[in-house]
Order: sequence, then C-alpha cells, then structure tokens
Amino acid sequence: MLRSFLLLIFSLFTLSCTKEKPENTDGKLKVGLVFDVGGRGDKSFNDAAYKGLEKAKSELGIEFEYIEPGPGADREAALRQFSARKDISLILGIGFIFTDEITKIAQEFPNKKFACVDYTVDPSRKIPENLLALVFKEEEGSFLVGAIAGITTKTNKIGFVGGMESPLIRKFLVSYEAGAKYVNPDCIILSGYAGVTGDAFKNPSKGKELALSQYNQGADIIYHASGITGLGVFEAARMTNKLAIGVDLDQSDEAPGLVLTSMIKLVDVAVFETIKQVKDGNFSGGKVETFGLKSGGVDYVYNEKNKNLISEDARKKVEEIRKKITEGYITIPVR
Amino acid sequence: MLFKATPLIFTGLSVAFAFRAGMFNIGAEGQMNIGAFAAAWAGFTFTALPWVIHIPISICFAFAGGALWALIAGYLKARVGSHEVINTIMLNFIALALVSYLVNSVYNVPATVRTPEISPSAHIPRFDSITGFFSGSPFNMVFIIGICVCLLTGYIIRNTPLGYEIRTSGFNRDAAEYAGMNIKKLTVLSMTVAGGFAGLSGLNFVNGYKHYFELGFSEGTGYMGIAVALIARNNPIAIIPVAVFFGILEYGGLTVNTLVPKEIITIIQALTILSAITITELFRRRVSLE
Repeated sequence: MLRSFLLLIFSLFTLSCTKEKPENTDGKLKVGLVFDVGGRGDKSFNDAAYKGLEKAKSELGIEFEYIEPGPGADREAALRQFSARKDISLILGIGFIFTDEITKIAQEFPNKKFACVDYTVDPSRKIPENLLALVFKEEEGSFLVGAIAGITTKTNKIGFVGGMESPLIRKFLVSYEAGAKYVNPDCIILSGYAGVTGDAFKNPSKGKELALSQYNQGADIIYHASGITGLGVFEAARMTNKLAIGVDLDQSDEAPGLVLTSMIKLVDVAVFETIKQVKDGNFSGGKVETFGLKSGGVDYVYNEKNKNLISEDARKKVEEIRKKITEGYITIPVR
Repeated sequence: MLFKATPLIFTGLSVAFAFRAGMFNIGAEGQMNIGAFAAAWAGFTFTALPWVIHIPISICFAFAGGALWALIAGYLKARVGSHEVINTIMLNFIALALVSYLVNSVYNVPATVRTPEISPSAHIPRFDSITGFFSGSPFNMVFIIGICVCLLTGYIIRNTPLGYEIRTSGFNRDAAEYAGMNIKKLTVLSMTVAGGFAGLSGLNFVNGYKHYFELGFSEGTGYMGIAVALIARNNPIAIIPVAVFFGILEYGGLTVNTLVPKEIITIIQALTILSAITITELFRRRVSLE
C-alpha cells in the first residue's frame, strides 16, 4: 500500500517532467509572459494577452513560455525567473498590478526587454530604458460609443453604470458623456456607480438595480464599465427590452439583439505589436506606448450581430468622428 | 523558498499552539491579515521614529492585531461555549472584508490594491543586504524572529507551569478544571497568543519584503499552517523544518510552471503533503505495534 503510493507519486513526478521543451531555440525570439492573478481562462483580459502570444507564434515564429503566479510575492519571483534565463529576451507583465515589480526587475536586468500592459504611469518616477509601458486610451473608445448612443437614442436620455467609483472609471463616464454631447448636445446622461470598493466590480444585482432605475427614468441605452456588475445591466436590458453597451470584449451574447455595441480593448494587439517591435529590432523602452483608435488598440464593435441596431447614418457619422480623433481635431476630456 | 517558509512557521506555530491547548484554530488566515494590516498601519502612520523603536512597535502591532482577532474567538468560546472552529472561520470572512474595505476606501493608493508604503525605519532588513548571500531573494530577518519564537514557545510549553497548564487543558479539560486550573482563562489566553503568532506572519510580507500591505498577499498561508502543524505533530521545534519543506514545494511549483500547468502543480503539492502525513502515521503505527 505504502509502496504503491510512493510509486504513484514518483510516476506523477516523472510524467510531469517529461513534457520536454526544446532547449535550443535556433536564435528564435523567445518571450516570457507573466499573467495577472486571474490567470488563463478568464475570458477577458488574460486570455486576450494569450491570444496575442499565439498570434505572434504563428505569424512571427516566436517561442513563448508563461507563468500564472498567485497573488503576493510570486509576481516578482516569476518575472525574475524569466529575466535570469539566457534564452528569453522579452518579458511581459499583464496588468497594472505588475507596475512596481516590473520597474524594479527591469532596472536589475538592463540587458533584457520588458513590457507591461496597463502600467500605472507615475510622472514622478522615470520608466527604465528597457521597459515599455503599454497604456490603453479607453477614453477614445468610450467617446465613440457615446456618440453612437447619442445618435441612436430616441428619448434623448442615456445611462451609464460604473463599477468602483474611481478616477479610472470616471474617465469612462466623462469621455462617454462628451461623445454623446458632441453629436447630440441636448442629450441627458444619467449615471451611477455600484460602490466605492473593489467589490463594486462583482455585484450584478446592484448593476441591475442601477440599470432598471435609469431605464425607468427614461434612458433607452446604458453603457457599463463595471466588470461582472455589468451582467446585471444586461439582465435589466433583457427585462425592459432596451439597449445596452458592453465593455472590454464584444459582449453581444449577454443580451442578444439588445447590445448596441461594445467598447473593446485589444490587449492581444498590444502584446502582438510589442513582440513584433522586438523581433524587427525597433523596440524602444523608457516610454509610454498608448494604444488608441489609431493603432486599433481600442475600438467599438460593428458586425453582423449589431448591424441592424446601428443605422447607416450613425455609422457614417461615427467613422467621421473616428477620423477627427485620430487626426487630432477632437480633444477628449478625461476628468 | 525560505521566504515562503517564513509565514508558514508562524501560522503553523499558531495552529500548533492552539492545538496544544485543545483548540482548533482555523482562523490563522484572518488573523494574519489583520496582523499584517496593523503592522502596515504602524509602518506608515508613525514616521518620525528611529528603527530601534519602529521595528519593535511594528512587531507589537502585528502580534496585537492577530491576537485581538483571535481573542474574540477565544472569548466567545470561554464565555458562551460556541465552538472555536465556527468562531474562527466566520472571523476569517469578517477579517478579509475588513482589510478589503480599509485598503480600498480608507488607505488606498490610486489604481492599486495596496496601502501606502511604510516608512524606511520600519523595514526589516533582507538577508542579501546584510550577508550578501541569497542575492535577489526577498528572504529576510523575519525568518530569524520565527525561529526564536518557535524555540521560546517550545521552552514555555515544556518547561514552565503555564505550559504545563496549557498542555493539561489540551489533554483533558475536565481533569484540568478539577485540578483547579482556570480553564476559561487558559482558553482565552492560548487562543489570543495563537492569534498573535499568526499576526506576526504578516511581518514577512509587509516589513520584510514589499513594505506595504496588499490585498490577497496571504494566499491561504493561514490554512496551510494547519497542515504544517499536523505534520510537525504540534511540536514547535519541528514546525521549522516542516515549514521549510512546504516552502520548497511552493517555490518549486513556481519554478516548473513554465513546463507544467498550474493545476497539476497544485495536485502534486497536495499529493506530496497527503503522502507525507500518511507515511508518518504509518511509521508511527508500525513502531507502536512492535
């Protein structure tokens, strides 16, 4: 009994060790990626980053390895582990939570290249020369969906449901409001937040409550920037048969036929582009790389599913606005 | 690796100490969160102190935070007799919600899930800054504190009247009460001290490594402490090697994560622990049969 148990353990160990990796990479670029706490399989942020890796593998012929650390001390250890490897030249950290660690490790390993998605930029601290901060211009996408809502609304009232009341989410609201007013100055925006703590991002019942009250006050389109809380917004949309706007990913499946559009944030594009820069030898760190409408880092969804919700006229107008934003004719307020 | 072992020494000791007094402390997770937050609070609130005072104050706050949290469970047990397992588990939830509120709403640094940094005078030095060994490892002097606390606890339990009372109440409460010991006092006292030990484990992360309190830093270390205590058979000295063994498992898991999925690592870790417990039990039984 004891022996068979030991044997089982031993065989498990050997089995797990047999998944060999090719030691010699033939000069191929190798990327190490460290995921956010959620890890793979979250169907949003982390999985998007993984998608970018896969794309780089098939199109650029790179190799990659990844680590899914737990919270706490593991992040730094994981980054350090990749940095200490000879064959890995680019290390990616996914999520704002890496900001402190990756800055420190990048200083420690000046010969390696680093990039961090959603890096929290602190103007008082210099970004190391070998670190690229990837920041998304959520306000540009929000401005566009705001414009779509402003054109589409029939009641001249639109709503917004935010997660945790914070500068980050306020940025979504302010730019959405600006977008709506840009096309429809008489438009009234109703807004509400689900709470003041991180839990406000995972409270669908509160989201539903807020959305229902805004629909009852006459809003016919609601944009949410509230994580899982937004599922309650979609539920309210289904109940009242009114429109909602999704965030981060194409959320059209949450309320089929009622999702006007979604403001998408293409983490995969950011990851892919960074790897491409390193491969082509024109990577330059020490700065903030913003992904906005121009580079396709943020966008709104327009496809088969919502084609009949967005009028031809609206589509044309929004594309005009997109052009104006990318050419710098429109300045979007963020606070 | 030794960095990972450090908090396990404290939580293991916490569970083992409560065990010796006949109680099951499931609350080490909550106690260490409260303790760590208290240490961080002491770190960033008092700024104009020399380190000789600031570090001991932080240590006291960590201990007091965990102790206070466990005191509630111990008091409830002694006063109304509600079971300490329920008490401590429920207090875990409250503790986690409380620190989450404090970090997110009261002491938040924008766009993060952590508190402000503690003042440099409360930093507990890392090993690599003192000895030059363990370069780059967050391994720090809290480990030494852990060893000292383990040795001290071992001595108290074995060689003092108080230790005798604690052990007796653990073996048989009724007998201890009949022998004239104040069981209620012992219950509250040993639970409080156990909580204090768990609270100290927060020092490793807050004062020794990141210099701030971050939500989710404990990663279930409090629950792991139960396994550590069980394998060490509640012996304060044996806690140390067992905690190091668990530290090896955890760090090893991270090292092979590029080759093996996270889930498999967790399974292997659990199997290793299970087999370690089974084997020690089997050997013990064989020895006692002979």
